[in-house]
Amino acid sequence: MADEITDIWVYLATSPLLALTLTLVAYQIVHEIWSRIERPALLNPVLISVLIIVSVLVATETSYDTYFEGAQFIHFLLGPATVALAIPLYRQFDRIKANKVAIAASLAAGSITGIGSGLLCAAVFGIDRIGFVSIAPKSVTAPVAMGIVERIGGLPSLTAVLVIVTGIIGAALGPALLNLIGVKDAPARGMALGVGSHGIGTARALQESEAAGAFSGLAMGLNALATAILVPVVFWMFF
Amino acid sequence: MLRALTSVLLCQLVGEALVAATNMPLPGPVVGMALLFAFFVVKGGIPSSIATVGDGLLNNLAVLFVPAGVGIMQHASRIGSEGFQLGGTLVASTLITIGVTGYLMRFFMKRGQPASGENSGDG
Repeated sequence: MADEITDIWVYLATSPLLALTLTLVAYQIVHEIWSRIERPALLNPVLISVLIIVSVLVATETSYDTYFEGAQFIHFLLGPATVALAIPLYRQFDRIKANKVAIAASLAAGSITGIGSGLLCAAVFGIDRIGFVSIAPKSVTAPVAMGIVERIGGLPSLTAVLVIVTGIIGAALGPALLNLIGVKDAPARGMALGVGSHGIGTARALQESEAAGAFSGLAMGLNALATAILVPVVFWMFF
Repeated sequence: MLRALTSVLLCQLVGEALVAATNMPLPGPVVGMALLFAFFVVKGGIPSSIATVGDGLLNNLAVLFVPAGVGIMQHASRIGSEGFQLGGTLVASTLITIGVTGYLMRFFMKRGQPASGENSGDG
């Protein structure tokens, strides 16, 4: 009996179906419970799902590579989903046009703050050179951040993790912070989440409202551009 | 449905190709977003089939980050040795960035829109 279960396990573990299903089931259970307890931002569903899946993989001694063979089908949809952000952008375009000066100003300030505060905190916490360099573009979407870090001599795979964690931190703690400092209107919340924590922040903003999502998606794209220009300049000037 | 999905993928593909050809510092999908947006402007609206597919993806955007998030397990050793420093840096810096951006956006929006009905001339 135990042998048969092991055989079935060995068979299933080698097919992409298991990792794919595990990801979807874990997320949906988490999301269902989360929806019933009034969606606290702190218990971010991405964070909880990641913790559950990592626990399962560690317990079953499954490597990340094996897991990703199945999970890549979900991961792939990030590209088309990013393209689809054109939809809220178009629907909210009048509001975006009306606020273009505010968007440009807060984007510039937010982008510089993201890079500057990251480097400053890394220095204060005494993080080594590789970590310091890899942290600089943490607020922008992973492919851009990894490209930037490659150019300035960091560790792209570490940056990928820092970017994801930054996104989760922003999505989990950002909304409470914005409430605390009295930032209530959707465009400002969207800008803040998009500039500070890229796509995961945008996913959270979309859960708040379409307007917040539209500004967040726009902010994410613009901040990728701004950070890609600013980080190499900062390193060329100061480090 | 199939046509809408194809349109979205085409935008991404052209976006990726443009990025590869010009070395611009943007991810292909973000350029694809700009292309799809331009398509809506030319069409004067969002075709309903694209709205269906796109809203379906965006309603579930969060789950799409889970596979990449699980990648954190590959850096377990560094997180074990430097987790506190890295975590502290990320929490502090991310909250500062979100706070500053949100506060300034609200500030500039208020300045940009004087009370309705009068043109006070400032801002």
